[in-house]
Amino acid sequence: MTATMRVLLWLVEGTWQGCVDAARPLLPADAEVALLHVAPSEVEEATTGALAGLLGRGRPGPGRHPAERISALSDQAAAALLTAAEARLGRQAHRQVRRGRVERLVIEAAQGADLLVVARDGDRSRLGPASLGPATRFVVDHAPCPVLLVWPDETPAVDSIPPPPTHPPPPAPPHEHRADD
Amino acid sequence: MVPRVLAETVALLLLAATLAFAVVRPRGLPEAVVAVPAALLTVLLGILPTGVALEELRSLGPTIGFLAAVLVLAELCDREGLFEAAGQRMAAGARGRPVALLGLVFAVGSAITAVLSLDATVVLLTPVVFATALRLRLRPKPHVYACTHLANTASLLLPVSNLTNLLAFRASGLSFTRFAATMALPWLAAIGVEWLVLRRFIATDLVGHGEVVAGPPSRAPRYPVAVLGCTLLGFGLASLLHLDPAVVAALGAGALALPALASRRVQVGDLARAVALPFLAFVAALGLVVRAVSEAGLGQLVARLVPDSSSLLSLLAVAVGAAVLANLVNNLPAILLLLPAAAAAGPGMVLAALLGVNIGPNLTYVGSLATLLWRRLLHERNAEPAVGEFLRLGALTVPFALVAATLALWLALRGLP
Repeated sequence: MTATMRVLLWLVEGTWQGCVDAARPLLPADAEVALLHVAPSEVEEATTGALAGLLGRGRPGPGRHPAERISALSDQAAAALLTAAEARLGRQAHRQVRRGRVERLVIEAAQGADLLVVARDGDRSRLGPASLGPATRFVVDHAPCPVLLVWPDETPAVDSIPPPPTHPPPPAPPHEHRADD
Repeated sequence: MVPRVLAETVALLLLAATLAFAVVRPRGLPEAVVAVPAALLTVLLGILPTGVALEELRSLGPTIGFLAAVLVLAELCDREGLFEAAGQRMAAGARGRPVALLGLVFAVGSAITAVLSLDATVVLLTPVVFATALRLRLRPKPHVYACTHLANTASLLLPVSNLTNLLAFRASGLSFTRFAATMALPWLAAIGVEWLVLRRFIATDLVGHGEVVAGPPSRAPRYPVAVLGCTLLGFGLASLLHLDPAVVAALGAGALALPALASRRVQVGDLARAVALPFLAFVAALGLVVRAVSEAGLGQLVARLVPDSSSLLSLLAVAVGAAVLANLVNNLPAILLLLPAAAAAGPGMVLAALLGVNIGPNLTYVGSLATLLWRRLLHERNAEPAVGEFLRLGALTVPFALVAATLALWLALRGLP
């Protein structure tokens, strides 16, 4: 392979450290790394919506609109998170901050990447399907490139899978002709 | 005198115009721009007799003053740093654990909503909660959703918690303490349902561990907390002395405003903006227009529909009916329309209607279907807003919260002598 490998890390609050730690030893030395954070637009929508429900009371002075305050804070915090992630990764990375429909923006950003690194939502207390939130599920299903799905903490051992049921379920009863047929 | 059928039609048209303007608010004009002329028209056309109009204004007056005092109290508490201090304490108490932070948001959000009204939670607390989640590097969505939901659900407890409560409180004839004692159980039941549903609904966003911040760096602002405490005690005392609680609220607001004005931390203009005068005019005008609609005949229809026994089924029927009505337009006209009939059926019915109009708005994220549709229409020209998730959360919480709160109200009504 001649072209350098392009890797995108999708980082989310709560699990970003695990995502960075899992990806770090696996990345080729010459890989081109990008870090992505997407803030969900639902948060501002919910705030503006609640404000609309107040009718005329909900008109705070300039600069004090809750949704405006939230947007400004959100961008700062995302930039700080990506800076911290870059330091944790220990190598230079391209940082991208987005805001909107999370799952769609992640897919968009993954266009042209050779690998997308995604953390599961949660620790080993949430095994199975519950370890993927709706946005992560969408990203895994629709990613335009290979996905590396990592546990944010230690990967659970094989014996964490529950044993198969001891009694096989009874076979479905064969169709019987009813009297009125 | 206008013929009765014509009077009813005109009154309904005026109400529709008032509410449509309040929802659409072209060019951001205040709601009062249409509401006040509409109210004047009902009197000029003889649909609402002048005597009745004056009586309605007299009965709305203290409620509107009460509302103004609570709005000023919340604004001053924010300027004195109460909300920032709450944020710092939540950040320290959560110790990086998302579920612990959600628990603290529930506790603080329920208390702020109950004492300083839902407006304070929506406008002042939500951005602080958001900032707190980001500071801990936790996902902010569950905590913001909790705030917007609790603003409605946790506004059941005190007459000051919601404008709808202030209106119902006066109509119910209950004392301040009695109102609070009866609504305590429904308040807890509704908040409990919110907790159980939200915890499960958004479990995949309550994950991982955030940063741990050191203990509270600044002292809590003692004076505003003391004033709030005294105001609450004053409400209780006032009901013993048969003093209007609006007076107590005004004293509390004054106790915070005077030192702030004297030291120039706050300008008179800031307080005037907090009072939201155009909105107060809107409430008075809307009260008159709804009264005109009631007088012209709709009141009798509502009275026929409201059952007069306080059986569990009747309470449930009124609560659900009120929730539906509040969701069609907005909870303010809904409670104004229901109050005369509910008050005639007794305080239990008033409180049941209140459960409906306060919990119901969580069904649509803007509190009413009309507003939701209008906002959808606006947004179609830009990007599609991502509200589906929030609507699903509403559909999951509202029915359960409504039933649980009504059951609790029924128990409270039977348990209290």
